[in-house]
Amino acid sequence: MAWVDTVLQGLLLGGLYALFATGLSLIFGVMRIVNLAHGDFSILAAFGAVALVDALGWNPLLALAAVVPAMALAGWLLQRVVLNRLLGQGILPPVLVTFGLSIVIQNALLEAFSADSRRLDPGGLDTASLALGAGLAVGWFSLVTLLVAVAVLVGLQLFIGRTRLGRALRASADDPGTAALMGIDDRRLYALAMAVSLGIVAVAGIFLGVRTTFSFSSGPDRLLFAFEAVIIGGLGSLWGTLVGGCILGVAQTTGARLSPGWGILTGHLVFLAVLLLRPHGLFARPRRSD
Amino acid sequence: MAPVAVERGTRASRAGAAAAAVALAALLTLPLWGGAASMRQLVEIIALLVLAQMWNLLAGYAGLISIGQQAYVGLGGYTLVVLADDLGVDPFVSVALAGAVAALLALPTAALVFRFQGAYFAVGTWAVAEVYRLGVANTGALGRGTGRTLKAVFPLARETRELVTYFVAVALGVAALVGVYAFLRSRFGLGLMAVRDSASAADTLGVDVFRTQLAVYVLAAFGTGATGALVYLNLLRVSPDAAFSINWTAAAIFIVVIGGLGTLEGPVIGTAVYFTLRETLGDYGSWYMILLGALAVGAMLVYPRGLWGLVADRWDVRLFPLERRVVSRG
Amino acid sequence: MSLLAVRELNAFYGDFQALFGVSLEVAEGETVAVIGANGAGKSTFLGAVAGVLPVPREAVRLDGDAVGGLRAHRMVDLGVALVPEGRRIFPSLTVEENLRVGAHRARSGRWTLRRVFELFPRLAERRRQPGTNLSGGEQQMLAIGRGLMGNPRLLLVDEMSLGLAPVVVKQLYEVLATIAAEGMTTVVVEQDVSQVLRVAGQVFCFRKGAVSLAGRPAELTRARIAAAYFGA
Repeated sequence: MAWVDTVLQGLLLGGLYALFATGLSLIFGVMRIVNLAHGDFSILAAFGAVALVDALGWNPLLALAAVVPAMALAGWLLQRVVLNRLLGQGILPPVLVTFGLSIVIQNALLEAFSADSRRLDPGGLDTASLALGAGLAVGWFSLVTLLVAVAVLVGLQLFIGRTRLGRALRASADDPGTAALMGIDDRRLYALAMAVSLGIVAVAGIFLGVRTTFSFSSGPDRLLFAFEAVIIGGLGSLWGTLVGGCILGVAQTTGARLSPGWGILTGHLVFLAVLLLRPHGLFARPRRSD
Repeated sequence: MAPVAVERGTRASRAGAAAAAVALAALLTLPLWGGAASMRQLVEIIALLVLAQMWNLLAGYAGLISIGQQAYVGLGGYTLVVLADDLGVDPFVSVALAGAVAALLALPTAALVFRFQGAYFAVGTWAVAEVYRLGVANTGALGRGTGRTLKAVFPLARETRELVTYFVAVALGVAALVGVYAFLRSRFGLGLMAVRDSASAADTLGVDVFRTQLAVYVLAAFGTGATGALVYLNLLRVSPDAAFSINWTAAAIFIVVIGGLGTLEGPVIGTAVYFTLRETLGDYGSWYMILLGALAVGAMLVYPRGLWGLVADRWDVRLFPLERRVVSRG
Repeated sequence: MSLLAVRELNAFYGDFQALFGVSLEVAEGETVAVIGANGAGKSTFLGAVAGVLPVPREAVRLDGDAVGGLRAHRMVDLGVALVPEGRRIFPSLTVEENLRVGAHRARSGRWTLRRVFELFPRLAERRRQPGTNLSGGEQQMLAIGRGLMGNPRLLLVDEMSLGLAPVVVKQLYEVLATIAAEGMTTVVVEQDVSQVLRVAGQVFCFRKGAVSLAGRPAELTRARIAAAYFGA
């Protein structure tokens, strides 16, 4: 039974990882950029919630309402002011710029909030659990996280599949040059995509902060897990990202069960195994005419 | 048509060579006129310079953006301790051997990460570095999370140890610089620069892109591993979080970007900037890293060729000439 | 006044000059053919007009307004649609979605999804299939339909017949004639000379980035065209 519980916890963790991974996957699909500061932005959001909790006594989940739009705006600005200027210059500049941003954000958080670990307390919501019978229980909040992840994925899928902007995003991801011939302004589109990406990762960051402690240096691990979830699931598949997140989550919880220090390492090893055996991930779709 | 010749050197490069000779002389005689503190500092400076040169070789010449070089720093440091303490190898010789071990481990690592392209390659190298870190941190023989102390040097007098460490550093620094320069001037290096400029074009010209990139990756691992061993020969204590820290790569990247990617002179300038900032702002906690990061971001946005690029473009100067020029004679 | 007026257009790819002082005019409602061998600069010319290449502002005038160098998506707003060489159908979109994305800028006009399906019934049959599942000829129809969905004033078609069977090419030119009959101003770039001369009111021959011959098809002999095409 303990193993079933472990797997269950891993699946729920997968929901959180999917939230982290979705924004990363979206950006890469549309712009072929990996935002190396992706994880750090989520931690920035978590600290934003901390600031609101400390200063105004807000419930962290209420802080979502302020932090998520702020992060979306930050993403929009990041793309318009910084990353759009690097378009067409190859892959090196965005990697280096986002890496530089990652280091800047981490050190700025260190200066502003010290090296202390923090946690967001939603007033009891995080400890409530739902009994499933047979001695199994799932935390309410973990379940909510998974449901939110699914909702976000459904919403994103609908947006990309059914709306005019979503169509433009797909066309631009396929063939940016020809998309321009349709009147699609890639710069505005990319800014929108980055805004969505950071908005989602802000939710992920705050949910993470409720679930566990975090500090200024927690960002890079989030990026790695998000990356691994995307790779395991396969590029270009939103639902694959959820599956990838769940597989990663289960690997981590299983490894941690075997030996406490082995949790994250097991996740990495599973990721490397998938990379060796199925380099395109489990659900990859053949994408662009590269 | 006037008779022409093809030359490599320029007046600036000859001046540069002279300056380099002077600098080398100063370095070699430093123990006589400098103090122990300046020797230790120079070991750090040289270590960072070599790390930067290696990263520059990967990204600026082979087109491989790695944010996982810290894997080899850590591997080098730990190999040093294992070789010197557990296997009784001379610690100073172990520096070179650590490089070799790092290079060997680079092969299976490459087998994994080379499955990625571009930005995903970068994250992949990082993930692998994390695997190494966590693997080491979970290994009892390597001291787990607390790490290990280098005991093999204890019998030596402190001055002797510091002196020999210093000269090992100078040797490594010179070897790295000379080695990279010689490599790039060779036929192999020419193929490399072709790959950097256009991998597909190089491919059609018969350059084996994969073998070239793999060779560079292994070479860079060697240099990085040896540097890692040097660092911990200097610090005497190695632990997973420090040895496998991304800050090694971050420093290398910032040095190269600010100094000038894809040039040999750039990392030298970048290292000078880095150390100046660290010394002047070090008291203010992490502000120097914030400033460095901001400078690197700014450099990529405004002048991607870095400080040396500014100088080289403005005055058409090359201290380490790689191109050949057609010069008319008569 | 002509709808499109190009004056002394020079275009560069980096340091490489692809167009040398090209000048031509297209009247509203006209169909103009641009012919020439591979590498003569025909596609470059269309790209310059459509905003794909940076060119001097004054070199291209649309209905009197200087529009040279404006980016492609802005040119769509101004009513210029380019049907690119090689079709370039979006693989992630269905046939219908490919058409809809052509209407991204929602310019009003007589070309709606329904009308495009009337013009190309084969596309209507396959509306839910991925765009790239179609045959070459059908993809070309889709590309043209996609261009029409933007209700352009000026339709630029690049190498329509490339890789297609003569029977299909003939059908496409019939469609082109129908579109032209409704008043669309069209510039058609072609390597295959025979078909396009039948629909064009004016023909320009490009060679090595410059206009080597201009005139009405009826006035030009085979020999003169061949000379301008290949170089005497």
